[in-house]
Amino acid sequence: MKVRDIIEILKAEVLVEGNLEEEVKTACGSDMMSDVLAFVKDQSVLLTGLMNPQVVRTAEMMDMHCVIFVRGKHPDDLVLNLAEMKDITVLATPYRMFTACGLLFRNGLEGGCDV
Amino acid sequence: MSMLKLHYIVPGDDFTRAGEASGDVKHKLKKLGYNPTAIRRVAIAMYEGEINMVIHAGGGEAFVEVDPEKVEIVLVDKGPGIADVSKAMQEGWSTAPDNVRSLGFGAGMGLPNMKKYSDEMTIDSVVGEGTTLKMIIYAQSTKL
Repeated sequence: MKVRDIIEILKAEVLVEGNLEEEVKTACGSDMMSDVLAFVKDQSVLLTGLMNPQVVRTAEMMDMHCVIFVRGKHPDDLVLNLAEMKDITVLATPYRMFTACGLLFRNGLEGGCDV
Repeated sequence: MSMLKLHYIVPGDDFTRAGEASGDVKHKLKKLGYNPTAIRRVAIAMYEGEINMVIHAGGGEAFVEVDPEKVEIVLVDKGPGIADVSKAMQEGWSTAPDNVRSLGFGAGMGLPNMKKYSDEMTIDSVVGEGTTLKMIIYAQSTKL
C-alpha cells in the first residue's frame, strides 16, 4: 500500500506532504510512544491521537515516513514544522483510532506482529 | 579509531525538545554511511534515554563516540537516581507522574527498550546524586 492509498481509504486531509508514493508495509496505532518504540517494523506508519512533537520524533527514530492523527485532530505548527523538517507526511483522518486501524487492516495493511 | 565524538546538553525544562540530540546523532550516522539497522537502534535507545533524563532528572548530558565497529552512548544526569534498578528494568514499571503519561511516555518501557536495542548496557546510579548510563551498539550486531 502507498501513502497515497491511505489518504483515500481514511478520507484523510494532508497536513504535511512528504513522498506520497512511499510504500507502506505495516501500521502501528498507539498513544503511548514507548510502546511504539518497542516494536520496530520496516516501512511502517503511525496512527495516534497524541498531539505533541514527540510523535514526530518517535516516527523519525523509527524511520516511519507517515503519521496519521485520528479523530480529525489537527496538531499545532510546532508539530507540523518539525514533520516538514524531517520529511514526514502528516495526515488527519476523521475516523476514530479503532475504525481507522480497521479500515487499513481490511485493505491489506497488517500490524506485522505475528504471535 | 574514533570517527566522531559528540557532546550534547539535554535541557530538562522543555519536553518538546527531547529527542533533538538523538535526531542529530541519527543524521550524522547516516551521513557517515553507517549500518542502517545500527543507526535505528542507536536512535531509539538514545531517544528513550533523552526522554528519561527530561522526565526524571531535569535534563543531563549525552556523550556519543562513534567508531567503525560500534557506537558508545553515555548519558549522565544529576537527578534523583534510581532506587531499584532491577524494578526499573521491568516492562510496565514506572515512577513517572501521570502528566508524563498524557505526553505519551511513562509506560515503563524506557529502560527495557534501551536494553533491548543496545548490545551492552550498564547503569551506575546513586540515589540523591544521579545516574550514568552507558550503552554500546555494534555496527554489525545481529541482535533484533
